[in-house]
Amino acid sequence: MSDVRVAGTGLTPFGNSPERTGRDLFAEASITAFEASGVPRDDVEAVLYGNFMGELSEHQGHQGPLMAEAAGVQAPATRYESACASSGTAVREAVKRIRNGENDVLLVGGAERMTNLGTAGATEALAIAADDLWEVRAGVTFPGAYALMAQAYFDRFGGEHEDLAHIAVKNHANALTNEKAQYQSAIEVSDVLEAPPVSEPLGLYDACPISDGAAALVLTSESYAKEHDLEAPVAITGTGQGGDRMALHDREHLARSPAAREAGEEAYADAGVDAGDVDLAEVHDCFTIAEVLALEALDLEPIGEGISAARDGRTTADGETPINLSGGLKAKGHPVGATGASQIAEVTDLLAGEHPNSEHVDGATTGVAHNAGGTVASATVHVLEVTDR
Amino acid sequence: MSDAESVADAGFDEWLDAAEDGKAYALECANGHGSLPPRRVCPDCGSTDLEEVALPETGAVQTFTITHVPTPAFEEDAPYATAIADFGSVGITGQVIGVEPGDVETGMTVELEITVSETTGERVIGFQPV
Repeated sequence: MSDVRVAGTGLTPFGNSPERTGRDLFAEASITAFEASGVPRDDVEAVLYGNFMGELSEHQGHQGPLMAEAAGVQAPATRYESACASSGTAVREAVKRIRNGENDVLLVGGAERMTNLGTAGATEALAIAADDLWEVRAGVTFPGAYALMAQAYFDRFGGEHEDLAHIAVKNHANALTNEKAQYQSAIEVSDVLEAPPVSEPLGLYDACPISDGAAALVLTSESYAKEHDLEAPVAITGTGQGGDRMALHDREHLARSPAAREAGEEAYADAGVDAGDVDLAEVHDCFTIAEVLALEALDLEPIGEGISAARDGRTTADGETPINLSGGLKAKGHPVGATGASQIAEVTDLLAGEHPNSEHVDGATTGVAHNAGGTVASATVHVLEVTDR
Repeated sequence: MSDAESVADAGFDEWLDAAEDGKAYALECANGHGSLPPRRVCPDCGSTDLEEVALPETGAVQTFTITHVPTPAFEEDAPYATAIADFGSVGITGQVIGVEPGDVETGMTVELEITVSETTGERVIGFQPV
């Protein structure tokens, strides 16, 4: 089985650019990724592309071939849709194809255009990742769904809004040096606590922003990387995916994410590592409570204790296991179809020493990327390791 | 939402009709796994032999939230409380009605009452505290 090398990463700035089309965003990200990789476009055998709401935001389905064209690649292309885990699932499929020998070079990524919908339109578009009949028609929004989980967590394990506020403060602090981040501004706990409520107990600063952006990765087999003498020291060594019932009310746990646990266990076993080996992680913090659930699902915190991890400094940049050094979805932004691939890009750059925050994880060899879809009815987890300096 | 307002969603609209008549039901397989319609297969065990069973009169709130920023379909309803309540073998998501959103609590006993969105006039699953 071949290792899968990350030969090049590319991200657009994440943020508010309603005039930019999806194809323009993905073109930019792919240009950066190709330039970083040194891989010629002609060698790409397929494009795997993540996108969630293209029909609603751009009246555009069938985005696979469109995005291959935008990237200047002539190869079969497929769109992967798994809500906010769309490009995480695209990466997973790419890893499997390279490992089984089907392909040596793949362009993988995702993009989302969201801000042109406005807040109400984007809220409505995001809501369709929930069960339309039984959740959306009862008035459940995405912040609302995570608020239901936050309240369940508080009732089951304790904790309060102020604990969650520390997560937002941490992720904003991490984004200060990330020039691609949507928010490069520090916030304080009081800012989070005093922000307007969105879906109680969550307020405006507990939520990631609505974002436009794209991410692209050039992935190659180990043999291709060696044969072409690529600078590609980081490999994806583990992949996992988990699933759960669509509607929250059908789940066994309201304050846990079993799909992410399943994905994490599979990815750890696949890579031959365990949670204790993890030096850093990018986790899907679409809302502050989501980071807590992710840490516990990945065994980076015991069940019921993830709530205090940021407050007590365990997950801050200088903590034992820095989480979301990119700023996370909270401060970096969350163009949903791009997010999973962007997390892989951030972990790669952090491990390769090419990230503004690499100084906080000097010598790190193992990173994890956790991407969640819906209220974690879908989850992918990838383990990345430095294999060669 | 579909443009064809007159088209019903098979299974779901019949369930709302039944709930309005005080005859809400769950689907149950022989192994006692409960689920909500429309459904042909038990998601827990794969049984295709599903029977309609009456829901208990009351349910218990498992968790709740007060939504201030709604989708356009609930623009005039906000702020409103949404809860997940357990009714026997199934959980149901609905809006808590008849009380101030701030008075909703975990563990509260509720009964099902179909209400309507102030914004769209569409039917919405409601929970009335008892």
